[in-house]
Amino acid sequence: MTQRLVVIGNGMAGARTVEEILARNGDFTITMFGDEPYGNYNRIMLSNLLAGVEDEAGIYLNDLGWYADNGITLNAGVKIERIDRAAKTVIAADGTSTPYDKLIIATGSSSWTPPIKGIHNPKRGFHQGVFAFRTLDDTRGMIRYARDHERAVVIGGGLLGLEAARGLQTHLSDVTLLHAMGHLMERQLDEKAGHMLQASVENKLGIKVVTNAMTTEILGKDRVTGVKLADGTQIPCDVVVIAAGIRPNTRMVADSGLPVERGIVVDDQMRVRGERDIYSVGECAQHRGNLYGLVAPLWDQAKVLADHITGRDTEAAYTGSKLSTKLKVAGIDVASMGLIAPESDDDEVIIYNEPKKGVYKQLIIRDGVLAGAILVGDNSKAASLIQSFDRAQALPEERAELLFDIGGPAGEVSPEDMPDDAQVCNCNGVSKGAICGVVNAGCKTVSGVMDKTRAGKGCGTCKPLVQRIVEWAAGGEAEEDPAASWYVPGVPMPKPELMAAIRKYELKSVSAVFDKLVPGGEHDAKSKMGLASLLKMMWADQYVDERDARFINDRVHGNIQKDGTFSVVPQMKGGVTTPAELKRIAEVAEKYQVPMVKLTGGQRIDLLGIPKEQLPAIWADLDIPSGYAYAKSFRTVKTCVGSDFCRFGVGDSTALGIAIEERFQGLEGPGKMKLAVTGCPRNCAEAYVKDLGVVAIDGGKWEIYVGGAAGAHIRKGDLLATVDSPEAVIRLTGRFLQYYRENANWLERTYAWVPRVGIEKIRAVVVDDAEGIASQLDDAIEEAVQAYKDPWKERAVPATPGQFRTSLPLTVLPQVPVRS
Amino acid sequence: MTIAPIAKTILGPLDEIPFGEGRTYAVGADMIAVFRLRDGSLRAVSAVCPHKGGPLADGQIDNKVVVCPLHLYAWDLSTGCSQSGQPPISVYPVRVDDGHIILGD
Repeated sequence: MTQRLVVIGNGMAGARTVEEILARNGDFTITMFGDEPYGNYNRIMLSNLLAGVEDEAGIYLNDLGWYADNGITLNAGVKIERIDRAAKTVIAADGTSTPYDKLIIATGSSSWTPPIKGIHNPKRGFHQGVFAFRTLDDTRGMIRYARDHERAVVIGGGLLGLEAARGLQTHLSDVTLLHAMGHLMERQLDEKAGHMLQASVENKLGIKVVTNAMTTEILGKDRVTGVKLADGTQIPCDVVVIAAGIRPNTRMVADSGLPVERGIVVDDQMRVRGERDIYSVGECAQHRGNLYGLVAPLWDQAKVLADHITGRDTEAAYTGSKLSTKLKVAGIDVASMGLIAPESDDDEVIIYNEPKKGVYKQLIIRDGVLAGAILVGDNSKAASLIQSFDRAQALPEERAELLFDIGGPAGEVSPEDMPDDAQVCNCNGVSKGAICGVVNAGCKTVSGVMDKTRAGKGCGTCKPLVQRIVEWAAGGEAEEDPAASWYVPGVPMPKPELMAAIRKYELKSVSAVFDKLVPGGEHDAKSKMGLASLLKMMWADQYVDERDARFINDRVHGNIQKDGTFSVVPQMKGGVTTPAELKRIAEVAEKYQVPMVKLTGGQRIDLLGIPKEQLPAIWADLDIPSGYAYAKSFRTVKTCVGSDFCRFGVGDSTALGIAIEERFQGLEGPGKMKLAVTGCPRNCAEAYVKDLGVVAIDGGKWEIYVGGAAGAHIRKGDLLATVDSPEAVIRLTGRFLQYYRENANWLERTYAWVPRVGIEKIRAVVVDDAEGIASQLDDAIEEAVQAYKDPWKERAVPATPGQFRTSLPLTVLPQVPVRS
Repeated sequence: MTIAPIAKTILGPLDEIPFGEGRTYAVGADMIAVFRLRDGSLRAVSAVCPHKGGPLADGQIDNKVVVCPLHLYAWDLSTGCSQSGQPPISVYPVRVDDGHIILGD
């Protein structure tokens, strides 16, 4: 049966709650009462209205049409004087009474006026020239008056006072901010940050700030001429704006016999204590002893209230909010969340202070999660910090990454600031709008959105941004994807469990894994390649190789190109070749009219544009082993000239590089493995940015770096060990690669895996054998090395029928231009 | 779902296609990728990926979808519908008769 819902309060809390109820198809006839004679506007934007960067039309959230469209009776400008709980009616100032089945009290707050002599005029409320800063009418009056005057004083140096002072500067030239406390925004900032902010406000904005300023009197008979402070100082002015805080509007509610302490007392369902049918939400509500004056908690409260009142989720509970704020004053960056000072010796405090630039950052970390943060002068990390804070996310080991963008892509953009057509994924050309479209259509997991749009499926650099956009578009209702921790999307297990199960049931083929470990036995095309790689690593020559589990590159041992042809990269160990080899390559290129011959970044020669059916003949003519430039495997060892010719070389990098490639050629793994050996710290072979890089140093020693990258992601490798022989390099390389193969997630390159596991842990296992598994790793890698077969020998007889049959016959699709 | 009408054609022996793989056949002016699922059944779809012209027969499959090898977009093998917002691909009736692949009704 349709129930009568009455809402007292038409501000942001009341209207938002009604929106949430409508969104849940709540069966109510809704009547709303609002003090102000308007629709519902965004009070937060009044500062922008005052500053002239927004007009009145721009701040409306719901115009009067919205109420009509949703069948809501809006009584704008009608004040409710009393609630009759027994009769279940509300009584308005004009004496009319309105019955309710359910009642929501969202009366909000009012501006608090400190007791200052002369602030009121007995006839007309405030003294002429004195304004509060709370409502649209306050703002309109202030703008009108300020335009014709010169000097303003703002009382209150909190968020609102600062925004008011800045806004007033649009209308008059001289603004002084008076603050009763020792530093600005003392609820959100510590003393140092407050002083830093004050300096910026004074120097950058030209607003005079007086702290410890107790205003005792408003001067002037008919109109304001100045203010007087407790120490006797007089500040001449024409306009006074009061922004000294807010107080919840609860008197009517208390007079009606409902429980009111500092605010209206509510339970976790936002019901007024002891009442079945009366709720309260927003600034007027007191929940678990807390009053909230910010908008974010209100959104959460509105959802819980709506879930409960509509019966959608009667268990829904609001358990309180973590508070974060950002100051909306152009040119002055301030953000604050949680604690502003440590509370115990165990709290980790990280401070960055650069007074010359007006930059101050403080983090308080407790038990590994962010408990508080203050940012002044640089808000570039505010969005990510607020996210870490809200969700108590694990923090990066490198704490500096929380304060600065280090090495990674440029500063984080916040999704709401991005235009809809902004390109998010630069590989697959996916816009923010496209991502939001998929989220709005009901897909609320990051991986689901990535699957549907392909965003983040190229180089992967944009994945964090895609995640932020999905979370933003889902309005905080993004769903955790259980598959995120799985090794492959189609088998519900993380890698260690998966490996244990494979061993336990002796699953030696990809289809056996699906049949045994997936509920329902469903096969998954997108999981096959990862499983094939894992099984091959685990079972070596016992692996049952189902060719359909391989990606096309691994079926025909070449890298597929945009036109369906393949690239052929012969092995060239350490980048060293011979005239005879070069001649053979040249002859093949001519004989088969290879469209492009190109040097690769891995010091080899690439023959591009080879049709699939020609591959076996080309391999036969080349008679060089595969260079594996197509698989998730050991790729190349880049080397420099080394000590034979180079006059700086201190180690024979070329010989070592060739030896490493000889040993580990074709080794498959969770991701590509690109290596380098360089003959001196000048590092011509770029060994610092390789999955494993070896650097010869003077004294016959070699440094081994791991986890480097210089592709979509740039990272200098971590020093794993310094050893004194090439044999030791080869031994540790094998051990490291095997440890990586066994422990990294599918497609997780070493640049992600090494920092995830930690170089100390890896060093302990690989170098110091702290877990006693070194000989196991050595044996496993030896077995893999012995299992190596050159795949290009698979050419006389195809491994499967039609292995090299063309898949794009007759017409040639996108033509790749031939370069002459 | 687009089921394209096509004249009955014998494409060739079934054992030309390994389990879990696909092969392309030219039928008149059409190019058709035929897949042999691991459950033994066949599926036939247009051979060319509508996204960037990739060879679908080179894609990996399971018992439901084919994943184009070029950019990893996926299509349902029975309906031709994209799982990733791309245009659909044509699907064709296909069956086995006496060890041969028969396309068309």
